[in-house]
Amino acid sequence: MYSQEHLTFLKKLKKKNRQVKLTQLLILLLFLIIWQLAANFNLINTFISSSPKNISETIYGLMKSGDLWYHVWVTTYETIISFLLGTFLGFFIATLLWWWPFLAKVLDPYLTILNSLPKVALGPIIIIWAGAGKGSIILMALFISVIITIINIYQSFIETDSHKIKLLQSWKATKWQIYYKLIMPNSIQTIINALKINISMSLIGVIMGEFLVSKEGIGYLIMYGSQVFNLDLVMSGVIILGIVATIMYYVINFIEKRCIKNK
Amino acid sequence: MKPILCVNNLKKTYHTKQGETPAIDEVSFSINPGEFIAIVGPSGCGKSTILSILCNLLEKSGGTIETDKNTSFGYMLQQDCLFPWRTILDNCLLGLEITKQNTKENQKHVLKLLKTYGLEEFIHSYPSNLSGGMRQRVALIRTLATKPDILLLDEPFSALDYQSRLAVSDDVYRIIKKEKKSAIMVTHDLAEAISMADRIIVLTERPCRIKNIHSIYFEHRSTPIENRKCKEFSKYYDQIWKEIDFHV
Repeated sequence: MYSQEHLTFLKKLKKKNRQVKLTQLLILLLFLIIWQLAANFNLINTFISSSPKNISETIYGLMKSGDLWYHVWVTTYETIISFLLGTFLGFFIATLLWWWPFLAKVLDPYLTILNSLPKVALGPIIIIWAGAGKGSIILMALFISVIITIINIYQSFIETDSHKIKLLQSWKATKWQIYYKLIMPNSIQTIINALKINISMSLIGVIMGEFLVSKEGIGYLIMYGSQVFNLDLVMSGVIILGIVATIMYYVINFIEKRCIKNK
Repeated sequence: MKPILCVNNLKKTYHTKQGETPAIDEVSFSINPGEFIAIVGPSGCGKSTILSILCNLLEKSGGTIETDKNTSFGYMLQQDCLFPWRTILDNCLLGLEITKQNTKENQKHVLKLLKTYGLEEFIHSYPSNLSGGMRQRVALIRTLATKPDILLLDEPFSALDYQSRLAVSDDVYRIIKKEKKSAIMVTHDLAEAISMADRIIVLTERPCRIKNIHSIYFEHRSTPIENRKCKEFSKYYDQIWKEIDFHV
């Protein structure tokens, strides 16, 4: 049983949290109401700024026709594929670089260039090579996520405490033993962080790819809406994208919590 | 008594882009079974290099190291180097896993060690739950798990605060004596060396050579903390302190 003082403290803490949540909600509501009122009284041109009512009607329409689920599914599926590919490839290449320091030295300048190059510039080349389809989109997203994954994971590999390596070597450990007994478990946190970065990078890549290829997916919805000047559709697309991105982030967060718990 | 390790004219030179640095120059010594040797010298003189060479982390540039064919070394570092994602027991089994001796029998031996030295209730805890002194004790048991013949202790207590340092050095000393191991300890703490060792090797500045070897004799030898109270202690301290070229 807690003391009275502690209970008061807990109550205060709870109250503060509630206040933050409430204010957050209030801001959203206020924003939507002002937007809608401004639209109703013709203070803004709904043709270029849309309105909450139009957006919700558009989303409802998309839901009813089933288009919404289809486009969300396409984008999610492309993101997951490029996310998995990016993670595994990035992890694998980081391992190779750790295993052969010679390779790491040789590839260092190339990785730096690739990392600083805005990958969207590769878009046209990728489309010509891989065709205007899913392949291009996934490749695009892969390019964006894999380089940063390699760099982050490799960095954590080589920052492993040298004394611990020394300890293993004093038992004449093989390179493979050092890798899976020490290097890999030691980098778990970095790898999970890389996953977090990767999922948003993959989504960015997929949307960029969909802008360029424009056949299906949320990126396509947004692009199509802007081409026919239907701002209701553009805004709806952006909001759906926001929701999808948030859900993906929470899924990774959940996985992280599970992993940490198992540790 | 036949020594279990003879080091003859050991030489080591470090090579870097800037040039070559001789670190060890013609160092010779030997250690008898069950003997505790301390190596002291000015900082940076190459004390630790000797241990690194003995357990094959570094190649020597010259000289010979004679041991029995089956002599094995156990290396203990200044940092406890416990893996935070392994439990205390799993940490202690690490050496056995690496050397592929993780048998039921050896596991029993480790459990017995943990039990004997007061760590039984922590075997399923993680290192972060233990104090610095206890972690260092775990590190010693991890070293003992592979049943080495000679322990190489590389400034094993320097990362601890003064109080736990005295306590842990007492513990470690007792454990080593009880398990009847030979040990070579590198330290920069002269008092620690005198209170623990049977013999003290004093090294010169880099490149290090042997300046002198002292046999430590206490009329009433007991544990390191008690030894510090012996009347011979300050005599040795004065004598050796003058030999080390400390530059401030």
